[in-house]
Amino acid sequence: MKFKYPSRGTAPMDSNPACRRGAPATEDKRIRTPLEDAVVEDLRSGDRVLVSGVIYAARDSAHKRLVELLDRGEELPVDLKGQIIYYVGPAPARPGRVIGSAGPTTSGRMDPYTPRLIAATGLKGMIGKGYRSSEVKKALVDHKAVYFAAVGGAGALIARCIKRAEVIAYPDLGPEALHLLEVEDLPVTVINDCYGGDLYTEALARYSIKEVPELPLGKDPALS
Amino acid sequence: MTRIITCDEITRAVADLCREANYYLGKDVRGALEGALAREVSPQGKDVLNQLLENAAIAAAEEVPICQDTGVAVVFLELGQEVQVQGGYLYDAINAGVRQGYTEGYLRKSMVYPPLDGRNTGDNTPAIIHTEIVPGDKLTITVAPKGGGSENMSAAVMLAPAAGIRGVKEFVLETVKKAGPNPCPPLIVGVGIGGNFEKCALLAKKALLRPLGEPHPLEGIAALERDLLESINCLGIGPGGFGGRITALAVHVEIFARHIASLPVAVNIQCHAARHKSITL
Repeated sequence: MKFKYPSRGTAPMDSNPACRRGAPATEDKRIRTPLEDAVVEDLRSGDRVLVSGVIYAARDSAHKRLVELLDRGEELPVDLKGQIIYYVGPAPARPGRVIGSAGPTTSGRMDPYTPRLIAATGLKGMIGKGYRSSEVKKALVDHKAVYFAAVGGAGALIARCIKRAEVIAYPDLGPEALHLLEVEDLPVTVINDCYGGDLYTEALARYSIKEVPELPLGKDPALS
Repeated sequence: MTRIITCDEITRAVADLCREANYYLGKDVRGALEGALAREVSPQGKDVLNQLLENAAIAAAEEVPICQDTGVAVVFLELGQEVQVQGGYLYDAINAGVRQGYTEGYLRKSMVYPPLDGRNTGDNTPAIIHTEIVPGDKLTITVAPKGGGSENMSAAVMLAPAAGIRGVKEFVLETVKKAGPNPCPPLIVGVGIGGNFEKCALLAKKALLRPLGEPHPLEGIAALERDLLESINCLGIGPGGFGGRITALAVHVEIFARHIASLPVAVNIQCHAARHKSITL
């Protein structure tokens, strides 16, 4: 089967300051929580980043409860100003271990809650995997925040970067409880930056092959 | 002649399979990831593939799950018609094995009941069990834990027969494209063609159990698998969705006869953590 690979470097450029969006990972950037605006401003879609410090693990049900507290005007169990939420529901720890496998879950399920959390708490970052809604991307630009992806399915590898794990709220939710995690050099990639850069879109522009080879639509005994 | 298999044996076997399937990534998948690493041109894609291989090695060495989403316990039974199960009810024995395997194996419990506004059942039961009665006096058990992230990106459609092979291809590509980075590519794409509404979904799921690198025995279907794989890998999604040539490691198609009025097609998306282990008792 013959098809053409496009030449490298076809990612679209625009006047956006994120001029190296979608570029291959070069040197890792190191960041430590809590994040100041200047740190977020330095991150561009496609950057590989090592995160250290305290981050918070929360997913579906914990998000629902956090936003319900905001709706009622009550205080959250944790101050999220400048912080990062990691979308993860870890596996249980073996005895003597800090945590079980702890890779990212699909972020899109948190989209209905995220813009509200960012606006109300000063949350600066999220780690997960997969697409975000346009509302979330707008919130990142409006409030200078960033969305990272960790490698989905690399839960055992990621667990090695987690040095401390504590349930700080909602223990009844089991794997969905709100956890505090202390991480060291957790490897993530910037997907959506605070300038509107979007690695997933840029990646498709760079690597998709428009001339999809034509199928030989010969006789198929099983389908005809 | 009947052969007796006890519920205790079955429970023990299922518990072991739950642990093994979750800790040890199959040799076929590891081989496919290594092959993908050699072909991937995107640096970020290569980085993801390297992390996945390293992750599999860590999981096996430390006996921790490859992925924290240790999934719904999907259990396939091929029950010989000459087997008699003693000491209780077969499905209770399977669920006891899941309970034991997930609890003692430090695997995540992800089942919630009732489905709307329910609570975690606490032991990852109930399993989803598919039983096939086959000739003979053996019982083959396959445990295939299935994560939520990739399952959520799966889809089925009832095409008109006139849509033909082109319609099938378009639906598969559209499903993979729409899924994008969400189901943790590189993927294994299971496709069921034919049967009826529920049959095509089961075919798609069973397609995921076939070892990677093993084409469908019918040449026409094997050709469709190759073509679909090539088209999927033109999408550019790449490992992790970070861009690249390797969006899928394999496409497996299974087929069944269909009604004259329908062409059902199901696409079951599987992430690289393609877990399934079998035993024959």
